[in-house]
Amino acid sequence: MENTSIAIKTNDLTKRFGKRNAVDAINIEINHGEIFSLLGKNGAGKTTTIKMLCCLLRPSSGSAEIMGYDIRKSPLEIKRIIGVSPQETAIAGHLNTKENLLLIGGVFGLKRGLSIERAKNLMELMELEDRKDQAQKLSGGMQIRLSIAIALMSEPQILFLDEPTLGLDPHARKSVWNYINKLKREKTILLTTHYMEEADSLADHIAIIDNAQIITSGTSAELKHKHESIQSLKISADDISSDILDGLKNKGMEVISTMNSIVINSVELDFYSIINYLQTKNIKIKGIQMQEPTLEEVFLHLTRKEVKNENH
Amino acid sequence: MKIISLASRNIKEVYRDPVSMLLGLAMPIALLILFSSIHKKVQLDMFSPQTLTPGIIIFCYAFMIMFSAMLLAKDKQSALLTRLFTTPLKPSDFILAYILPFIPLALFQTGICLIIGAILGATYQNLILACIIFFFTAMICICLGMILGSFFTVNQVAGVGSLLITAIGLFCGAWTPLKMMGGVFKTIGYALPFAHAVDASKGLLTGSSFSDILGNFYFILIYALVLFVLAIFSFRWRMRRR
Repeated sequence: MENTSIAIKTNDLTKRFGKRNAVDAINIEINHGEIFSLLGKNGAGKTTTIKMLCCLLRPSSGSAEIMGYDIRKSPLEIKRIIGVSPQETAIAGHLNTKENLLLIGGVFGLKRGLSIERAKNLMELMELEDRKDQAQKLSGGMQIRLSIAIALMSEPQILFLDEPTLGLDPHARKSVWNYINKLKREKTILLTTHYMEEADSLADHIAIIDNAQIITSGTSAELKHKHESIQSLKISADDISSDILDGLKNKGMEVISTMNSIVINSVELDFYSIINYLQTKNIKIKGIQMQEPTLEEVFLHLTRKEVKNENH
Repeated sequence: MKIISLASRNIKEVYRDPVSMLLGLAMPIALLILFSSIHKKVQLDMFSPQTLTPGIIIFCYAFMIMFSAMLLAKDKQSALLTRLFTTPLKPSDFILAYILPFIPLALFQTGICLIIGAILGATYQNLILACIIFFFTAMICICLGMILGSFFTVNQVAGVGSLLITAIGLFCGAWTPLKMMGGVFKTIGYALPFAHAVDASKGLLTGSSFSDILGNFYFILIYALVLFVLAIFSFRWRMRRR
């Protein structure tokens, strides 16, 4: 086993179902202790990627290594060092919280005493210690916390979280984020999500996956910087009529008007042409502010471009 | 330890549904009592508790096909099995963990039937040897359940399982001796292990020696081993298809 700082590495990892590529030659490198987020729409290939890395699916081509173990050659070794929280809340519904944790402890061959101790610690960490009822009776947020706790029961080096907050209300989502943040630096985490805010606030590194391919990657700041051409310009002014808004829209810009300001989104803003245009219309500009793109804008811009390219 | 942990959870799942379990246990008792009361009036040997008890035990194992297949098919539907597939359990560990909960059930079912049979007038010889036959026959049924559970969904298991129970009832020779039926029925019946199990256990309990039923025993043993291996392979296939 190679001793490097890389915990997960894929090399042109591909999965085909019939003629369709579910994952198409993706290359990622995840360092130890890093939270890496695969951000993408439904059906982009996130779950298939995780399933291959967890040795649930065999890749059609390409390769991947988890802590130096090849996913094709050493599935059992990999399964000993990973923890997985699948997209569906994978719990034994008729067992209670503690029994669920002890089941997984037993399956990993932990001694009873150690299992009980870990279960107690994890229930404390995830604030589940008072729950003695069947797991199926817990709220959605609690079930997900239990699912993550189960994934942590074997003290894995690598944790796979497949859409951990899917379908949760904002409060429950925030609370799950807190628990994931508690694991930061202790575990290498591969997190899939389609919530931009989730990737932005949790991940050290983000890869945007669309149509089975990774179309860009970097830290959140790097992605925003890399795509800073997707800026928006906020102009504060009085008396902006609908004619003027139409005029800007005719120049191919996306214009949102509010009470005393307009926000112009465009891939490549021609700052001077906008100001000139407004001045020719005798608009008195009170303020101008350039806004950095949000991760959501970067994502929408990139994935929209992919759709356009496909249509062409 | 790994297998025991999963088996304990499966035991809880199986015994969580007492209605099915009671049905599985009540059915042979009801059948024994019914046919014994017919026997009192008609005096037909095929309805005597002595003849009927081993056949009813074998026939009632058929219900275990349905129970074991249902347990696996239900888990397959839930995401729990997906999670368990990401743990270091091997297909053989899974199969053993799913088989184990049904062994005490089979033993209990056998014990109850033998006791009721004895109360109704049956006498037993070579009981331990007969129990070996019962054990391997129960294994055949549980492994068949594992195979069904690997391939079929919960709804499909209900249909296919009912068909199998009917077929076993028809071809095991518990109700009507296959020799009397003859022809295709006899050929099919003796190509399957259940008629051999009925003949062997009936023979042993009425005083035949083990060497008398050795052919039947090997037939049952080979079926049990082949189905056990097939159950592991079908589960492995299921794991890969996931």
